[in-house]
Amino acid sequence: MRVLLYLSNLVIPFLFFYIIGHGLLRRGNIYQDFLDGARDGLDVTVKLVPTLIGLLVGVGILRASGFLDLLSLGIGKLTSLWGVPSEVIPVALVRLFSSSAATGLLLDIFKEMGTDSLAGLTGALCLSATESVLYCMSVYYGSVNVRKTRYTLTGALLATLGGIAASIFLARHMMP
Amino acid sequence: MNYLWGAMILIGVIYGTAAGNLQEITEAAVSSSKEAVNLCISLAGVTALWMGMMRIAETSGLVQKLTEKIRPVLHFFFPKVENGSKAQHYLAVNMVSNVLGLNWAATPSGLKAMEELDKLEERRRKIGAGGQPPGTASNEMCTFLIINISSLQLIPVNMIAYRSQYGSVNPAAIVGPGIAATAVSTLVGILFCKIMDRSGR
Repeated sequence: MRVLLYLSNLVIPFLFFYIIGHGLLRRGNIYQDFLDGARDGLDVTVKLVPTLIGLLVGVGILRASGFLDLLSLGIGKLTSLWGVPSEVIPVALVRLFSSSAATGLLLDIFKEMGTDSLAGLTGALCLSATESVLYCMSVYYGSVNVRKTRYTLTGALLATLGGIAASIFLARHMMP
Repeated sequence: MNYLWGAMILIGVIYGTAAGNLQEITEAAVSSSKEAVNLCISLAGVTALWMGMMRIAETSGLVQKLTEKIRPVLHFFFPKVENGSKAQHYLAVNMVSNVLGLNWAATPSGLKAMEELDKLEERRRKIGAGGQPPGTASNEMCTFLIINISSLQLIPVNMIAYRSQYGSVNPAAIVGPGIAATAVSTLVGILFCKIMDRSGR
């Protein structure tokens, strides 16, 4: 685990060094490129604002109504046997349909329990290690008119499950 | 998405009415919308930084260099996709974009890759080399989708931003464990695809 945490601190600075170094060696106009990219990044975020408002309000209403507590209480009875934080299960399930809705749920966990709580870490790792299954399948298969997807769903679910299992394990070891 | 989002709000209001939490719901709706905007402000900085860096990587040819370098990996994932073919090129661009978290570049190249894989299957059907009937996913398509869904992203940029916004001590601490978890999900996916390729079903 110490190696992984060390890696966490290493990856981003190293990547930046490599990109800038490569850009300079190629005598590129790196600063202008950076500004162009950053401007696009701002556009992307601005487009994300309505989505986030919609989702955070949805999750906020669910949370305030008391329904989320009921849900995780119900699931908690099932999952406490395996030591999985019950709040993460809705995140993982919703993730199959929509990444943004799952993000909304995770942000709620961050707010209620903290980013470095077991549930917060597990959820964050889960979302990093998986993609939205149904979204990917509908976009890519829809584009070439494939309706019989054979073993795609099985494989995708297995991979997702593997990612979730790994997240649960790793998150528990990240806790001090 | 319509139903999911709609259900969240409808269930919230119905359950809240039953549990007598209507005032809390009103407050939550107002404060959540404000919170979403605040979140986007902190997200904007990280996203702009990341996309700026990635733009340098793109224009200096680093991304292209990487797509060439991962050919052996692609050959292992898709042994029947010829080296140097268009399909392989798009698959490579899609994968590198996913690894670097360049989602806007990943989807277009992924769609192109699907198109090429579809053509490949049609050629197989024509020469009677055991292609799948029209409208059915080929082995390559299954593998491509499973790899995509298993997630390849090296650095979960948004997650770091979210964690920092909600007061994490070390927002980037999840990078290393995140890589490990992503590696597990991808390995499981690949293993499954290889088994299915062999079994010929």
